[in-house]
Amino acid sequence: MLYNEPSPLEVKILTKRFTLPNSQSLDTYLANDGFKAFFKAIEMSPEQIIEELKISALRGRGGAGFPTGLKWSFVPRNSPKPKYVIVNADESEPGTCKDRLLMENDPHQLIEGILIGGRLVDAHKGFIYIRGEFRYLITMMDRAIEEAYKRGYLGKNIQGTGFDFDLYTHTGAGAYECGEETALLDSIEGKRGVPRMKPPFPAVVGAWQSPTLLSNVETFSAVPFIIRDGGAAFAALGTPKNGGTRMICLSGHINKPGVYELPVGFNLLRMIYEVGGGMRNGKKLKAVVPGGSSCPLLKAEECDIPMDFDTLAKIKSMLGSGGTVVLDEDTCMVKFAHRIMKFYAHESCGWCIPCREGTTWLRKMLERFHGGGGQTGDRELIGELSKNMLGRTFCALGDAAAMPTISIVEKWPEDFEAHLNGRACPYEHASEMAMQR
Amino acid sequence: MSDVINLTIDGRAVTAAPGTLIINAAKQVGIEIPSFCYYDGLALQAACRMCLVEVDKTPKLQVACTLPIAEGMVVHTDSPLVREARKGMVEFLLTNHPLDCPVCDKGGECELQDMTFRYGAGESRFQEQKVHVEEQQWSPVVFFDAPRCILCYRCVRICDEGMGMNALGVINRGVHAEIAPNRFDHLECDECGMCIDICPVGALTSGMYRYKTRPWEMHHVGTICTHCSNGCKTTLGVRNNQIIRGNNRDHSGINGEFLCIKGRYAFDFVHSPERLQSPMVRKNGKLEPVSWSEALSTVARKFKEVKARGGKFGVIGSNHASNEENYYLQKFAREGLGTHNIDHHRTGDLPTLLDALSGKTEALATTADLYTRKAILVVASDLSQQHSFLAFQIRANYRHHGAHIYTVTPGPVREQHHAVNSIIAQPGGELAAVESLRDQLKAEAELVILFGDAIKGDAVRKLVAFGDSLGIPVRYVCLLDYSNSRGASDMGLAPNLGPGYQPVADAGLAYDEILAAKDLDVLWVVGANPLKRAAFGSEQAFVVVQEMFLTETAQRADVIFPAASAYEKNGTVTNVCGEVQRLKAGLQVMGTKSDLEIMGLLSKEMGVNIGMWSHEKIFEEIRGKVRGYNVPLSIVATGGAVQTTAVNGRVAGSVRPELIQSAGDTLFTSGSLGRYSKTLSSVVEAPGALYSDRRP
Repeated sequence: MLYNEPSPLEVKILTKRFTLPNSQSLDTYLANDGFKAFFKAIEMSPEQIIEELKISALRGRGGAGFPTGLKWSFVPRNSPKPKYVIVNADESEPGTCKDRLLMENDPHQLIEGILIGGRLVDAHKGFIYIRGEFRYLITMMDRAIEEAYKRGYLGKNIQGTGFDFDLYTHTGAGAYECGEETALLDSIEGKRGVPRMKPPFPAVVGAWQSPTLLSNVETFSAVPFIIRDGGAAFAALGTPKNGGTRMICLSGHINKPGVYELPVGFNLLRMIYEVGGGMRNGKKLKAVVPGGSSCPLLKAEECDIPMDFDTLAKIKSMLGSGGTVVLDEDTCMVKFAHRIMKFYAHESCGWCIPCREGTTWLRKMLERFHGGGGQTGDRELIGELSKNMLGRTFCALGDAAAMPTISIVEKWPEDFEAHLNGRACPYEHASEMAMQR
Repeated sequence: MSDVINLTIDGRAVTAAPGTLIINAAKQVGIEIPSFCYYDGLALQAACRMCLVEVDKTPKLQVACTLPIAEGMVVHTDSPLVREARKGMVEFLLTNHPLDCPVCDKGGECELQDMTFRYGAGESRFQEQKVHVEEQQWSPVVFFDAPRCILCYRCVRICDEGMGMNALGVINRGVHAEIAPNRFDHLECDECGMCIDICPVGALTSGMYRYKTRPWEMHHVGTICTHCSNGCKTTLGVRNNQIIRGNNRDHSGINGEFLCIKGRYAFDFVHSPERLQSPMVRKNGKLEPVSWSEALSTVARKFKEVKARGGKFGVIGSNHASNEENYYLQKFAREGLGTHNIDHHRTGDLPTLLDALSGKTEALATTADLYTRKAILVVASDLSQQHSFLAFQIRANYRHHGAHIYTVTPGPVREQHHAVNSIIAQPGGELAAVESLRDQLKAEAELVILFGDAIKGDAVRKLVAFGDSLGIPVRYVCLLDYSNSRGASDMGLAPNLGPGYQPVADAGLAYDEILAAKDLDVLWVVGANPLKRAAFGSEQAFVVVQEMFLTETAQRADVIFPAASAYEKNGTVTNVCGEVQRLKAGLQVMGTKSDLEIMGLLSKEMGVNIGMWSHEKIFEEIRGKVRGYNVPLSIVATGGAVQTTAVNGRVAGSVRPELIQSAGDTLFTSGSLGRYSKTLSSVVEAPGALYSDRRP
């Protein structure tokens, strides 16, 4: 099911079957290039597969943007231990809602990607780790897996190729932290979901101490196209070193929010004004969260940029997981910072001190500040505490909480000033007005 | 890869082995890198982030407790950036910490306090409300105050990795994350208190110690635990002649920081209201308190009278008394009373083992061997119940060195969890089961065999023959019950063996014979309770008992001398592995005297000269006369442990295996002493049936 009208500017690679009737069925998939890539991969050597992936310039879609070909090449294919393929479907970055669509509308594309991954590293078992809140998706995915088993696309001797593969869904209990790949591994092993020490990296010592191929849903879903049509075809869609398309989850104060598949490197302003139908109620653009709530926010004047990993890194933000949130001039940035921090304080696993204590401290400060209890120096303290967390926590969750906060503190000091001396939030009125309209 | 790595820490050249963590490399040259969660011997966590250091050519601060050193690495542990990071961490830690230092047990020896003084800011910038959780009691001995907890996970790890118990875990997340016990609101575990001891702050507190004192108000006396035979060092915190706590935070002694419930808490029998504090003499059939001089003269008169008419004495010595006392007792009996009718409750067949090992050197294992040798075989003993320190050593050996462990036991034991092979063998079937391990054991590089009381007499010889036939170096431990069972045996509390297992020309009556003899004139019991299990044959015998409590034996006494406990006297004891260690008096209990002093006064009263009753003098004599005990005085005197050299010669005389029987104490019992420990009784009553289904 689609939740928004497609945009003519979209380049449909991963989503090309979304609009077909019964897009989630194996028949539809098979009738539309399904499993061609898998058969091709069976004929290819692992080195060739890696080579295609490297040429494709596919970068991890979970948020970090690590080159997938490189990551997958780290898995020791000849290890005597069992190897596992794990799909990170713990999609929980605020602002991100793409993996669910890929699983809802084209689950077999994901399964094919998994099979290619399994073929690559000589793994015969895979798990799709689905976020706990996605109950319905577990059912849908299970149905697709069952269908694939019945038709011989999973199980023993898949389609006579001699390749065996078993696939399972596994669910978390609803912890953001379990989206961190090593916490996910602990969770899948039945432990408390806290991150592991790295190194060793999951590629070498992952699930059950064994080599593990672990990537995001969108990453796996892109693999069949790359193998079928070649890495070069995929790479050509994006900008150098940033191959292919991305599922951009456009939300916030725009007229046509939705998930759009756009080439990597698509201009952000065009995304807002052309794909997203422009600002709601003709308001002015104030800020953009480029790729999920962990990313440092962009001011309106910073937005005329191509959306690729390297450009965003250059302006000290991140492309992240593709959750682009657009904020208009009526947005209180203090309130926004508080809302994000509330999320991170709630989701901090509690493992390390700076994240556990820092997020809650910041949440409480921002709450007090937004409520009119702000004091001179609080803004600086918020920034300083965030910097005390930044780069010093065990996993990236602490950074994820600190980075947007630092950017808000530094880029919108006037919003903090406006709350000082017991003044009520100057935006409260405006946002109420907006809701009434 | 080269053997050493050169790096620079704070401008100093450091050389260390590959794989060394930065935190330890720095420690080598005396540079402290602060940490809470890093703990020697436990799994790495990198959770507290206190040990962040600057490493040249890396963009972010690095975690010194998990990062191994590399050639040419340049580390800064005290740069402005590092100082600021530490300050920030302490500040974060203190946000939800209650700062109730003035009433906290840990105040004064708290690592968080120390770190805050050293690295923290003077003032708090935290103005928000702290998270508060009510204090919880998890067991009679373990309390938990969650707000004080800094979540370093030391308790979780020591319980899981160290004790093999896994009774602690973490619940909730974020700032509400908390340590939690294994049975919802209470603990079912060994109640060892390791978690309390290892806690860097006052989050886990001890039921015995909490709110009683400040650490600096006690004096700390390092002595040897008087319960089981493992010989753990326990440091008693004593204030006003009262023991307030036991722990071993200074990691001294053979046991490092390890203590089980007995060493940590079961000192409380010392202050039991049932403690005897005055000599008693039976008058008109009733025991009545009398003066020391009256009691001594009554006994001396009787002893002289019986000795003069050639009457029959029976002497039963102690498994708890010091080496000096046991030596003095047998000397008193043999030279002062002219009898070899002396024995003690034998809990393992040590004499046969020594005999079987005759001619071999280095055949007796030390407690350290259990941690270092590559393979361990446990026969007929539930170590984690009866010898918890030995079990701890073996477990640590498995974790740190991957030692191969084999068990042959009558029921399930904890060692099975990491055993290569475990066999359940019914009594009598142990040797056959051991035999079935032959091929596996033969492939080992070396082996330590520990065996319980079921292996005695011929079975010991067969076991040693089996060990010999493996063709690998094998060391043995004959498991014994109590703190000085080994010393009692070595000092010659036996009718046929004198000190150092020297044969006695005309052997006297053994334990059972003394108790059964209908014509016994005097029964003298020093620190033992034989009448708990055995009937007493002689109706007319005059019974003299030196005891702390009115035990079954003391109730039958004609004269009772109130004795001091091991915590109230000086001397030495020898543990199950033959390691001699020093007892140090921590306090005095009014009205009591040490067994040595009682015997000395008695010899004086009788007018027999068996030497001065000072423990130093007697230990000198022991070093000279008891084979194997010529141990370096400097080590023992300074609180160290030295293994006695084995007799290494034939041990003459029959052993009578039927006399050998362990009392079968568990973690929560300790013979007569245990009955008077409130703590031990309280945990037995704690909810849950953990041990009922685990005991073999």
